[in-house]
Amino acid sequence: MSATTTHDVATTPTAERVRGSGRLKDGRQRSPFSMVVMLLLAVLWSLPTLGLLITSLRTREAAATSGWWAAPWEGGWTLSNYSRVFEQADLGNAFLNGILVAVPATVIPIMFAAFAAYAFTFMDFKGKDFLFIIIVAVMVIPIQVAFQPLLDLLGPRGLGISGQYLAVWLLHTGFGMPLCIYTLRNYMASLPYSVVESARIDGCSNFQIFWKLIAPMAMPAMAAFATLQFLWVWNDLLIAKLFLSNDNTTVIVKLQQLLGTQGQGAELLTAGAFISMVLPMIVFFALQNFLVRGMTSGAVKG
Amino acid sequence: MTSSHSQPPLSDDTTVIEADPRADDAPPTAAVPNDQGLQPVKLLIGVLGVALTIWAMGNLFLAFAYYPEWFFNSKILMGILGLVVGVGGAAVLFWFINVAVEALPRRLEHGLIPYAFLLPGFTLIAVTLLYPTIQSINYSFANADSTEYIALDNYVQLFGERAFWDAVINNVLWIAIVPAITVALGVVVAVLADKLSASSEKWAKSFIFLPMAISFVAASAIWLTTVYAYQAPGRPQTGALNAILQQLGGTPQNWLAIDTARLNSILLMVILVWLQTGFAMVLLSSAIKGVPEDTIEAARIDGATELQIFWKVVIPQIKGTIITVFITVLILVMKVFDIVYVLTNGRDNTDVIANKFFNEMFARGQAGRATAIVTILLVAVIPILVYQIKQFREQEAMR
Repeated sequence: MSATTTHDVATTPTAERVRGSGRLKDGRQRSPFSMVVMLLLAVLWSLPTLGLLITSLRTREAAATSGWWAAPWEGGWTLSNYSRVFEQADLGNAFLNGILVAVPATVIPIMFAAFAAYAFTFMDFKGKDFLFIIIVAVMVIPIQVAFQPLLDLLGPRGLGISGQYLAVWLLHTGFGMPLCIYTLRNYMASLPYSVVESARIDGCSNFQIFWKLIAPMAMPAMAAFATLQFLWVWNDLLIAKLFLSNDNTTVIVKLQQLLGTQGQGAELLTAGAFISMVLPMIVFFALQNFLVRGMTSGAVKG
Repeated sequence: MTSSHSQPPLSDDTTVIEADPRADDAPPTAAVPNDQGLQPVKLLIGVLGVALTIWAMGNLFLAFAYYPEWFFNSKILMGILGLVVGVGGAAVLFWFINVAVEALPRRLEHGLIPYAFLLPGFTLIAVTLLYPTIQSINYSFANADSTEYIALDNYVQLFGERAFWDAVINNVLWIAIVPAITVALGVVVAVLADKLSASSEKWAKSFIFLPMAISFVAASAIWLTTVYAYQAPGRPQTGALNAILQQLGGTPQNWLAIDTARLNSILLMVILVWLQTGFAMVLLSSAIKGVPEDTIEAARIDGATELQIFWKVVIPQIKGTIITVFITVLILVMKVFDIVYVLTNGRDNTDVIANKFFNEMFARGQAGRATAIVTILLVAVIPILVYQIKQFREQEAMR
């Protein structure tokens, strides 16, 4: 709607005068209805998370005898849930595991996918359409389909790496590959083809063209994919639960285990849940623009 | 290393040996490299390099798993090495691939290089997705530990079970409710946010978008403790839903155990809608901002009401995005697992296909039945898959 603004201001000379009353700075009509509804929605959307944060900061007794909304007057504040969840649920180790799993699993696929995306964008070859359609199709396949054979392949009957970081790196690299190729290829297709052509005439090899020209230009798309992939890997339950041993497992799996043993550890659960959200939230706020770009580039993941 | 195309192969090779992938900074010396035909030494180096890189990467990675003591049992060291070797190794690998293919006669080189660049990525897809998918279909015709074929028995058994159909019905409900509501909410929020001032719009959107960063498991924990929590009647209620109910004079309910009208399933769906509305809003909002203002202005001049403008002018123009969002959420919902698994694990009639699969496979060790379930899921996804391909083809045609 921002296109209207200039138009409006131009056609209504009074816009300047009535700015304070009923109009926004850019001259659009102020809409009290939208303001109220959006405020309500924003509050409604945040309350559950806020409730969790409050509960995690209260003692077990306080949290069990009054609702989180009553905390301001009922009190019962404490930080001990956080220190105890680190001690009892081994959350520090799990947090480290989460990072060590997620960072390589986010970056490695980009390397492999970028070359494939380069070939799909700047080269002509037989079967190009067919191969790219495989990528589009594979994005839709539910990953559950792959688990049983992969457990055989990576487990003791096969390579024997199930339970280690390596297994999860490999799986996330493979599962993230179609989306990464797709996202990068869509972005590269918007880059000027003439750059590549003139570099070829200058005698650059494809590796050089990719490394010095295309990869730097495709950085925004890589960052977009990386943001999505990081959130996806960090928040993943299934793959981590199946392919990581208890010593190597992530915060999300620990959290799932805490949810399973409710009753005795209810106060630890809330603290654990909040800890599991800290890192993705930082990533989210820092890289929100990349995330949006990643999503608008047609991100579908199976 | 094309910079040295016109030089004798020997000097080329020496640079090849010591060079790291970034060292090829020398400006190209020849304007148009001429074809030198087959360069056997360069080819040999390229092929050996590829083999050596794969061997070294494979062994180093396996060493993490087999001999952690080599790395002082330090997870951090292994994590960092894994990252460096994964990324650096991939770069070196592609560089050697490039060298090997360039050593071929020009015509062959041009034919082969695209496939060479695609090969590593496609190998990974083949190993982690294509092969396992085919193998799963294969297992679905075999017994519990995949040792003997039993034809269609798994499918016949499943189709004869009430529990399986209950899970299917729940999945259908998820499919019917969640994508539609998510899209509708996304449109409403996007339209309303568009009418706010720029800074309020940004803030309001951030709050609704934020749950995107939260995992399904954490979201389940959030809703369980703050909204759906249940204490026996007479005790103070700590869940918002029961507290409100009690204020109104009702008896507190154990919400996630009520399967009348599948209420518990619907309450689980609410969590997913809460998580996904931000995603829908972001895409739809950018689509709405892309609607040309003169189309709206023209309708306004013709005397259309705001509601008419919304339905007759805005909606048709953002239809493409609506469908994209719908399909994305639909795919997510078809394999919904985490929320159901951690909150009810299928109890009280809340089971869904993906959760059933998980329990058959890991709680009961029924590989045959489990793979049959995912094969059914795979078949159910095919229409979406075909649609996506069709959609992609149309997009490409417009490019």
